[in-house]
Parts: sequence; C-alpha cells; structure tokens
Amino acid sequence: MKRGYYGDFGGQFVPELLMPPLLELEEAMGKILKSAEFQQEYTSLLKNFVGRPTALTHCQNLSRELGFNLWLKREDLAHTGAHKINNTVGQALLTKMMGKPKMLAETGAGQHGVATATAAALLDLECDIYMGATDVKRQSHNVRRMELFGAKCIPVHSGTQTLKDAINAALRQWIANQRTTHYCFGTAAGPHPFPLLVREFQSIIGREAKQQFKERTGEMPYMVVACVGGGSNAIGMFHEFVNEKSVKIVGVEAAGTGKPGCTNSAPINLGTPGVLHGMNTLLLQTDDGQILPSHSIAAGLDYPGVGPEHVHLHDTGRAEFGMVNDSQAINAFQMLCQKEGILPALESSHALAWAIENKDIIPKDANVIVNLSGRGDKDMDILDDYLAQHGK
Amino acid sequence: MSITTLADKINDANAKGRTALIPFLPGGYPTKEVFWKEILELDANGADIIEIGMPFSDPVADGPVVEAASMKCLDAGVNLKWIIEGLAEVRPQINAGIVLMGYYNPVLQYGLEKFAKDANAAGVNGLIIADLPFEEGVDFRDLLAENEVALVPLVGLNTEPERMKLYANGGNGFCYFVSVLGTTGDRDSLPEEIKVGLKHAKEIFDIPVALGFGLKHPSQLEQLEGLVDAAVFGSALIRHIDEGKSSAEFMKVWT
Ligand SMILES: Cc1ncc(COP(=O)(O)O)c(C=O)c1O
Repeated sequence: MKRGYYGDFGGQFVPELLMPPLLELEEAMGKILKSAEFQQEYTSLLKNFVGRPTALTHCQNLSRELGFNLWLKREDLAHTGAHKINNTVGQALLTKMMGKPKMLAETGAGQHGVATATAAALLDLECDIYMGATDVKRQSHNVRRMELFGAKCIPVHSGTQTLKDAINAALRQWIANQRTTHYCFGTAAGPHPFPLLVREFQSIIGREAKQQFKERTGEMPYMVVACVGGGSNAIGMFHEFVNEKSVKIVGVEAAGTGKPGCTNSAPINLGTPGVLHGMNTLLLQTDDGQILPSHSIAAGLDYPGVGPEHVHLHDTGRAEFGMVNDSQAINAFQMLCQKEGILPALESSHALAWAIENKDIIPKDANVIVNLSGRGDKDMDILDDYLAQHGK
Repeated sequence: MSITTLADKINDANAKGRTALIPFLPGGYPTKEVFWKEILELDANGADIIEIGMPFSDPVADGPVVEAASMKCLDAGVNLKWIIEGLAEVRPQINAGIVLMGYYNPVLQYGLEKFAKDANAAGVNGLIIADLPFEEGVDFRDLLAENEVALVPLVGLNTEPERMKLYANGGNGFCYFVSVLGTTGDRDSLPEEIKVGLKHAKEIFDIPVALGFGLKHPSQLEQLEGLVDAAVFGSALIRHIDEGKSSAEFMKVWT
C-alpha cells in the first residue's frame, strides 16, 4: 500500500534498501511521539533550551506605513536563530529514544546543519553533516559553528555541489549506516514519513501564533504568510490554520533575479510534476526529467523541489503561492532593519516582501502574520556583495 | 521476445554450468560514438544480459564511479530517446538480453505508457528502477508486463522475507540482490551475512537471483556456490574502460 500522500503528491520513492529504516521510523513515531516521556522532555527542551514560546511582535511603524497590521512570529529569537531548531531537537530526542547513537543530516546554507549539531551536542549524539562543496565555501562561518558543537561537516563534491547533492549524499550514507543512524531531515519534504515528522515538530509555530494572537486581539488573523524553501517553516505556520477557513494562507517562493527564464527556486509557480528525493512533487527540471540547478539570494530557499503538502495546498486552492525576487527581498530586509530594529534572514525577508509588495490587495487594517523564520546575521556578507554589485 | 527472456538467458547459462554474466554500462559511455560498439563487444564476449544505464542527475543509489560516468553522459546530451532509438537500430545484432537501469523521474517524464511501448519495440527485456520500491511500482510493473518488459525487483541484506514475498508474488525477469548495504561501486570483499539473504531470495523467488553492487572479480563468487545465478558488474567495468582497455579483455576474466 502506498503511504504518505497529500492528494497526488508525496509517497516513498526510495531504493528498497531504505524502506526498512523508513518503516522503522514510522513505527517509532507512532510509539514514541505520543508517549508522556517524549512529550514531557520535548516540551521542556522547547521552553528551557530553545526559548519558546517565541514572541509575536506587532510592527507599529511598518503597519502605519503599509496600511495593514503587520505581525511577526519571531522564530529569529529561537536558539540558533531560526525555526530549524524546533525540528532538530525533536528528531534528536526521537533518535535517542530509538536507541540510535548517531544522526546524519544534509544542509544547504548551514542553518539546519548548525541546528542539528546543536541538538546532537545537547543530547550526546554523534553527528555527521553533509554539505555541498560550494556551500561549504559560501557559508564557512556555519561550518565552523557545526565543528565547535562537535559535528563532522563533510563536503559533497558531486553534481551541482549544493543542497540537492547534499541530500543525495546523506541518503546514500543512511543506506549504509541505517542500523546505527537516524537521518535528521531538515525540511518538510523527502520520502514519507519525513514531511509528516517535520510538520509535527514545526507546527508549534502556528499553534503559538494562533493563541498569542487570540490573547492579544480576541480574533483570528486575516492572513498568514511564510517563505517556502522545502516548506518546513511554512507548514509549521500553516498547519494550525488550514482548518480555519476564514484565514488566508500564503506561501512565498523565491523567484531568483526575477528575470524571465532566470534560475529560480519556485517549483510551485514555475516547475512541473516529478519525482526527486523520495517524493512526487513539483520540480525544476528539463523535459528529460533531469533536475535543474536552482537559485535564490536566500541560500535556505535554494532548492529545486518543495514539500508535497504545499503542492496539495496549492492544488486544492487552500493556499496561494506567490513569488518574490532577490531585489524585493533585499528591500524588505532593509526596511525591517530600519523601521523595526529587526534583522531578518533573507529567507524570511521573502515572506515579508510579499506582504509589502501586495499591500494594495490587503484590506486596510487587516491583521497579517508573517513568519519571521530566522535572523539575518548569517546574511551580512551576501547583503554586502549584493549591494556592491548593484552599485548601492 | 517475452517476459521470460531474462530468466531464460540466465537459466541457459546455468544449464551450461556457468554463472550468467550481466555487465553494466551507462548509456553513451565512454562516448556516444563508441557506446554501441562497446555493447556489441560485450555481447560477443560472453554477456548473457547487458544492463544499460539511463543517466540521471541525482542518482542516490550509485557510488562515485557510476555517478561520474552518468554525469559525463548527461553532459554529452544522452537522454532516453537517444538510448531507445539507438538500441532499436543495433538490437538485431545483439544476442544478450537487454535491461535498462535508472531512476524513476526520467521514465516518468518520458511517459510511462509510451516508455513501456517504445522499450518493448526497441527490444528491451527488462527495467530496473533504483528508486521505485514495491508499493510505488506495482502498477507500473503490470503495465510493463503487458508490454513484455519485466520490472526487475531489487532486494538486499535488510529485506526481510516478508518484503521479498511482496516482490516475488508476480515478480518477473530476475531478482536483483544488492550485495551491500550501500551504493554501487566495487569492493574487495562481500559481507558475511550475504549468504543468509541470498538463501532467502533463492527460496522465495521463482525467478533467478542475480548478485550486484560491489563485484569486481569472479573469485568473490566462489564462496557463494549455488546461491547466485547471475553476476552484475558495473563500476569495475567502467574503471577498466577508463584505463583505455577493451570490454573484451574485461569479460575474459569472467568467462
Ligand atoms: C531562516 C530560514 N528560513 C527558511 C528556510 C527555508 O526552509 P523551509 O522552507 O524548510 O522552512 C531556511 C532554510 O535554511 C532558513 O534558514
């Protein structure tokens, strides 16, 4: 029987050699995640280690300027500076309770790598992080952080030497080391049960946001907005609102430079159906089914595929998926710094930019919650390069 | 040709007291110009079945040697159409069975129905899709079977008898037993536990059992007498060709 479908999308397109660990993981999720022991420990770690709940900030200055009420869910304030930690602490605890001594993970920009290394250090697990050789060079600061936490960061020299190749390398290593190792997948994508597992750990974002917003206003928000790379911060924000039919849901993909035909990271808007990394989803690919390189100024959005549940939300019309290009994201990044004193990640800046660019179609005084998935300290070099190149 | 062609080829070799030989080369390797000559040479020098790789940008089941070779073919512009059309031309000169091996997405984009028909018309006897486990592949298996093409099941050291039975029920071609928990690529020795897995496979499958991944020399099969009907080798052959040597010479060691 096929497992893990969201409409037509998802599934388990992996070598047979990976079916036993995927089935083992699914079974462990069923047993362990609901147990009182896990729940207690996880809740305590989220509170006392990650620093949850994260704040919900009403941006007074920008709201005045934009004409609607802009709220930010502040995942940038979580430990390690992004939402990724919600997932890695959960998976590390699960790894421990499954009796496995080691985790491996892929990383693109290094955010998930750092968050995995962090959780591994805390819970005394061995940790190997696969990272495209190009990314190792681009994000040397994060490589250093992983190493400080005791993880091994292994450069991947195959293919395009970026995130998609790091996932291939991690899957290969998992085949070889499945008996002792858990694959701590970084986003709500990949073969079942990963999209479900990652959603489970990230949906705390939307649950908190909904409750915090209700406490402050007594209402439901008009709209929630999040950027979509693989889709973990977005599904984390959306999940709690999917059944609140009055709430509009907007995912934002990265359009790259935004020029026609440019390399981008927007498979829902610009891709076609296909199978990669264990899932049937929308992909950037050639007519022959070869995967195309992606691009975004936000390294964390730079991926040619997307989690299957987002494709389903798009198909059914429950969510809308927009696009934001590099320059719009940079503009939003600077605006948030100047007007609100918050330095957003370039990924999160895409979500913010969508709200800014679409201010005219958002009703006056409507409440819009943007998921600020991470902080932007990591992006300073990229910002400077961009500004230098564009003569600013 | 029929759905039993691959099993017949292996059984014929076994009847002559040999392990059947299944060399693997990525389509278009080492160059598009010489590729079909290499295939004919493998055929003339003892190959019972020849596996042609369908290159894919993201080959998660492959080790570095096959991956690098596949990338080279993609860079040279090899696609499924090139392989299928080229095969249709040379197929009458090839005695061996033909299997295409690759990943699901290129086949999906080609169109599953069209692929089944075109592959059959070009003389393909079987298909191996590295990332299509039983649950996702069973419908395609039936579609292929209607077109006389076998979807070869892949199992390995961690495949419990219960899962082997899923594949065996209605499985055709041959059972491809993956010798290591890992990716393609030759290794000096095979894991001890392989005997247990092979025994299960031999008991559970009606079709012959081929051993692949990790093979580089016939001596590796000595300890597996009676458990292996066919041997698949890829990385070792690619490496041999990379050294500028001929496929005929490579096959000599095995025949
Ligand atoms: C801050 C931040 N936001 C968003 C993403 C995109 O990932 P996802 O779509 O899984 O949330 C990343 C990935 O590294 C990230 O670091």
